[in-house]
Amino acid sequence: MAINIRDTDLKRTIGQLLRYGVLSSSAIVLTGGIVYLVRHGGQYPQYHSFLGEPDKMRRPALMWKAMLRGEGRALIQIGLLVLIATPIARIIFSIFGYLLEKDYLYTVITAIVLLVIVWNF
Amino acid sequence: MTVLVFTAIIFVGAVVAGLLGSLTGLGGGVVIIPLLTLVFKVDIHYAIGASLVSVIATSSGAAAAYVKEGITNIRLGMFLELATTVGAIIGAWMATWLSTSIIAILFGAILILSAILSFVRLADPAVTGKPGSLSQRLRLNSSFPTAEGEQPYFVKHVIGGFFMMNIAGIISGLLGIGSGALKVIAMDNVMRVPFKVSTTTSNFMIGVTAAASVGIYLKRGYIDPSLSMPVVLGVLAGAFAGSKILTTARTTRLKTLFAFVILVLAAEMIYNGFVHNI
Repeated sequence: MAINIRDTDLKRTIGQLLRYGVLSSSAIVLTGGIVYLVRHGGQYPQYHSFLGEPDKMRRPALMWKAMLRGEGRALIQIGLLVLIATPIARIIFSIFGYLLEKDYLYTVITAIVLLVIVWNF
Repeated sequence: MTVLVFTAIIFVGAVVAGLLGSLTGLGGGVVIIPLLTLVFKVDIHYAIGASLVSVIATSSGAAAAYVKEGITNIRLGMFLELATTVGAIIGAWMATWLSTSIIAILFGAILILSAILSFVRLADPAVTGKPGSLSQRLRLNSSFPTAEGEQPYFVKHVIGGFFMMNIAGIISGLLGIGSGALKVIAMDNVMRVPFKVSTTTSNFMIGVTAAASVGIYLKRGYIDPSLSMPVVLGVLAGAFAGSKILTTARTTRLKTLFAFVILVLAAEMIYNGFVHNI
């Protein structure tokens, strides 16, 4: 029975983690979007051919610097990073949850999933 | 068209895509990618990048609600994520060297498959009999709340389901969609999990699957912030609205209509792929 109670706790916390992750990232993306539209709303977009994003939109450290300079696009990108981090945080959290439950099989399974994701970032 | 007008139109399109995707269970990506590439002539790499990010948003948003209700089989989801994340990385890697025309044709083919799969009669869930030894060792058998109380169920054919999930992961990473239809079919018809459990567990896994491949897209410069912004916010708003009206809408008629729309989009994608217009 003790395991069941912890399982429910784990589920509730995972639910809250996902909700706040999505809410905060949407707020950041929206703020960045407003900054971007106020500054560049009158320009003409180009998406027909694929050029690839510049380095400052690809690497988190450079995104952060660009954001501090007040670039709306960099702030949107930071918001997207928060969004991407939400399911990853859910996995990290679950690893600790299974460890507390002494469910070592699922601690290992979840840790492998985390490694697969982080290894490719 | 200025950035402001372009962003506003994309946002409205994304709301509709999110709404339809959530009502039919196929996800917003299957509408937003054809919309961006066929109507707005956006390069398919940017379209897939934006869709992939929106997939994470809708999956996390919906999973937050379902997980609390206790229907999602979290262990089953975690276990199958082994298959989907590895698949997603293979898919994202393929997307970087396949030509855009081939990606468009594959996208059309998967659209047709998804439309057909949404009409497949689902197998009866395994609620009686004996559980298999593998599902028991992995502690996958569980129960879910119904109006008549907790309903226990067994998970069958674990290896077959795992293999199908790997394919679903590859498609997700390659085409930037959640491939929820394929995941639900794998859990329903192969693993014989009850429908409510398979849909919520599939949703739970979609975000992690997309997170595995999105790193590759970001590094390659496929995630454009100004395009992703209206797509993510729009799809999320549409999906949220969809989840609110899901209980009252007549889903069978809607499904037929949506399947027809998808077939038209699929034909357009395949045609444009063949004439190298994408």
